[in-house]
Amino acid sequence: MLRVGFEIHQQLDTRKLFCGCSSELTDSWELSVRRQLRAARSELGEVDRAALQEERRARWYEYQVPRASSCLVELDEEPPHEVNMEAVEIALQVALLLNATPVDEIHFMRKIVVDGSNTSGFQRTAVVAMDGYIDTPQGRVGIATVCLEEEAARKVGESGGVVTYRLDRLGIPLIEISTTPDITSPEQAKEVARRIGEVLRATGRVRRGIGTIRQDINVSISGGARVEIKGVQDLALIPEIIRREVRRQRWLLEVAEELRRRGVRAEEVGGERADVTELFGSTRSKVLSGIIKRGGVVLALGLRGFAGLLGGEAGLRLGAELAQHVRVRAGLGGLFHSDELPAYGISEEEVEGVRRALRLGDGDAFVLLAGERSRVEAGAEAVAERAKQAVQGVPEETRAAQEDGTTRYMRPLPGAARMYPETDIPPVEVSRELVERLAEELPELYEDKIERFVREYGLSRELAEQVVRRGEPELFEEAVRLGVAPTVAATALTMTLRELRRDGCEVERLGREVMLGVFSALAQGRLTKESLPEVLRELAGGAELEEVLRRMGGKATEEEVRRLAKQVIEERGEFVRERGEGAAKPLMGVLMSELRGRAEGRMVMQVLQEELRRFLEEAEVKAER
Amino acid sequence: MYRGRAAELLGGIEPGTRVRVHKGGRTYEGILMPRSELGDDRHVVVKLDSGYNVGIEVSGARVEVVEGAERRVAQPPPPPPAAGGRVVSVLGTGGTIASRVDYATGAVHPAYTAEELLGAYPELAELAELRARVVFSILSENMRPEHWRRLAEEVARELNSGAEGVVVTHGTDTMSFTASALAFMLRGLGKPVVLVGAQRSSDRPSSDAYLNLRSAIRVALSDLGEVVVVMHASMSDEVCAVHRATKVRKMHSTRRDAFRSINSPPLGYVGEEVVLGEERRRRSEGEVVADTRLEERVVLFKAYPGVSPELLEWCVDRYRGVVIEGTGMGHVPESLHPGIERALEEGIPVVMTTTTLNGRVDMKVYSSGRKLLSMGVIPGEDMLPEVAYVKLMHVLGVAEDMDEVRRLMLTSLAGEITPRTLPEVF
Repeated sequence: MLRVGFEIHQQLDTRKLFCGCSSELTDSWELSVRRQLRAARSELGEVDRAALQEERRARWYEYQVPRASSCLVELDEEPPHEVNMEAVEIALQVALLLNATPVDEIHFMRKIVVDGSNTSGFQRTAVVAMDGYIDTPQGRVGIATVCLEEEAARKVGESGGVVTYRLDRLGIPLIEISTTPDITSPEQAKEVARRIGEVLRATGRVRRGIGTIRQDINVSISGGARVEIKGVQDLALIPEIIRREVRRQRWLLEVAEELRRRGVRAEEVGGERADVTELFGSTRSKVLSGIIKRGGVVLALGLRGFAGLLGGEAGLRLGAELAQHVRVRAGLGGLFHSDELPAYGISEEEVEGVRRALRLGDGDAFVLLAGERSRVEAGAEAVAERAKQAVQGVPEETRAAQEDGTTRYMRPLPGAARMYPETDIPPVEVSRELVERLAEELPELYEDKIERFVREYGLSRELAEQVVRRGEPELFEEAVRLGVAPTVAATALTMTLRELRRDGCEVERLGREVMLGVFSALAQGRLTKESLPEVLRELAGGAELEEVLRRMGGKATEEEVRRLAKQVIEERGEFVRERGEGAAKPLMGVLMSELRGRAEGRMVMQVLQEELRRFLEEAEVKAER
Repeated sequence: MYRGRAAELLGGIEPGTRVRVHKGGRTYEGILMPRSELGDDRHVVVKLDSGYNVGIEVSGARVEVVEGAERRVAQPPPPPPAAGGRVVSVLGTGGTIASRVDYATGAVHPAYTAEELLGAYPELAELAELRARVVFSILSENMRPEHWRRLAEEVARELNSGAEGVVVTHGTDTMSFTASALAFMLRGLGKPVVLVGAQRSSDRPSSDAYLNLRSAIRVALSDLGEVVVVMHASMSDEVCAVHRATKVRKMHSTRRDAFRSINSPPLGYVGEEVVLGEERRRRSEGEVVADTRLEERVVLFKAYPGVSPELLEWCVDRYRGVVIEGTGMGHVPESLHPGIERALEEGIPVVMTTTTLNGRVDMKVYSSGRKLLSMGVIPGEDMLPEVAYVKLMHVLGVAEDMDEVRRLMLTSLAGEITPRTLPEVF
């Protein structure tokens, strides 16, 4: 049986959670600092296993510090300021919309994260509400907790053991919504994510755009284990990711069964190791010879009974799983395994040599690790540990979602030990009065808003849905208030923008202010609805509204249309004489594009037909002569 | 801990117990957490199995103990591994470097022992054989001269019984006072005495404690024969600066690189290696004596516009020595002149320093300064006010008469006065 749970992370559109910095991302930075992190004990004296693994890598972290969006708080050079109450209120509002009960007192915790993404080595996070639910056509799904936390720093690079982050994103308020694992199908998962996303956007106070909402998905199947898949940004990928993970877990269970059938015992896995550097002294493998030349070593690790299980279908290759562990835990580029050898310049003889060195039989497999001795040894440990888990089944772990719907190993699942109280921030009391006030001010949910748009503005249900779900409902209502016809405003905010985006226009330039400017010009009659797409296209190209209005704005007068029509007809005299009045339709296209929508189509057609007739009559007269 | 209504609800259930709190048809199960003394008495705090703490308001709540659940208590870290080699003594005095979360106040508080501190960083034992001991455990704002005395004696004892150097873990707020006091009190010092602290507590992954401590131990093994402060040189975790005890000052409330040498460059830097300049006193052999005589009745008096002359008169009635933090090159409002004059007439030395910290007092330039000089005020040269304050305590403790006080105050005893100031130090 499939069980799926979610964590949805959404950035809020306010200043940062614990300081006065703005939440805008920036491309430039003025200062950088380098730091290291160490795992700390929780208040119960335990060290988290995920934290320990990070620490084992002794990484350096470099932080780029943009002046516009980071201060000493992000740098971990000053304690956090008091919590941003606006963010607390938004989180509570979302909690109420999800039928959750706010806690009476919010306690911020330090969740240990030593991958460098937080300068402090922990993420500040607090439960603000619990025990909510959301209904889907496939059934009710519980909302276990609604948390308010700080966003992590933005990773911008990694090289030579140094991971680089930019501090602009660190500290942006983030709502984390965790569902209970009640979801039973990939489609229901998508529906849950969609509905929660709508609730978040209904507040009108969440950030939009790439990376501002992220989903982590927990997947387990019967006999499998809980696997957390982090960083899913695309809603459409959710069903695919779940399906692939189910397949991966089923496959791992089959591998485990096969290994047990072959008599492989976990405690005996990975014991055989041999330094085979000399064996590859004159190898034709460029990778290995390069490493050996730089003073590195080649280590072979035997996996008895694993023959044929390391290779296989993409996404379902034990060799690839082992390689991911080696990369993450030892910082090596990867490994070679016997199911894919001889290849990559490694010869039959060398493979045989390794087999002899490890005293392997036909049913056995091996992996080769090459690099600096300490890393290779760490890599061998990683391979041995992961191979042991293969005998047992599906390991609990955190995996990262890739753009193609596959996942890769990130780290073990963090335990509960990674939390301890954030004593720099006093608890925040959630009074009954506050909750009552927020409950009265709850924003309109999408379904209600769609109904209202149909009722109040006469939009078709389809258009109303588009405006509410994918458009800008607030902007739409403002446009209508300015005097723009509802259908025109709705169409501009949905179809027109979509078309421009499809054509590769930078629609990001068409922000709220720009759109309001266009709508008020429209309402004042300074441009026509027909010219709207063209005006927006120009603005997306970086033009100024006033300049565009001067150039193409204002309705074309009948006189102007007539002059243009004459010109168009005369330029194509031959064609017109040939087609007679049938030329009207093709010429209409030419004329409209010359006018760039500055005149009503009906008027243009009328003028064109008049001029056509006149031209043809004159032509006839000429011919008679 | 819990008091008032929350204590009533709990009826003696101890923090650490697994409980279920029932309220409004909802159940919160987890471990009962201690409550900060500063928190109100209307909430109980439960750590849920997810690790999160939540506060539950007591009205209408009912608490039930979950039977059979194991009570969880904090485990101390393992002791540091024993290692051979050169001995460095690590003396704990408290402060952020030795602090962790304290549930009594809900804030960070010194709680680690020196052993626990080193146990958290086992790789430090690779540098030297570390002998850790806690002398006292207080926040440095609570340090008093009696603590300096005790510490000086403990340091001397360690150095005289085979330690290559001593590391003193200390709160950062008043570290420079203690450093100066040790510098003046330790006679015949030929080994490193290194004060070290942290600006971020040791229980945080981002604590500066590890680099500071590692660097301090390295300095304690180096070719150095004086008291120094070793702390982050920048906001990065790469290099620490080695500051002379009598020239260092905490110049920022929160940053890692808060400590700066004033009026002279740092003695050196520590990264993977210790690099020391020629200015330092080198390591030498010999017995160290702690001369702990101090006249505690010394006051540090700040001059500023509107300062009350009565305040100075009040001080003169009660103290045996006055260090003034004057404005600019060492000036005070004329309203203070009578008080200063009376002090000097009564045999109470008055030493002038400057609020600018950087630079040297010079009382010859303006008539107001010349007047103070003629009264007998001792110019403090480029001494930091706090250093002059500690030094005057020491000097009054050891000097026989006013002439000797003047002579000693004008002599650099532990590098506190530099004869020349280079342009790059400011």
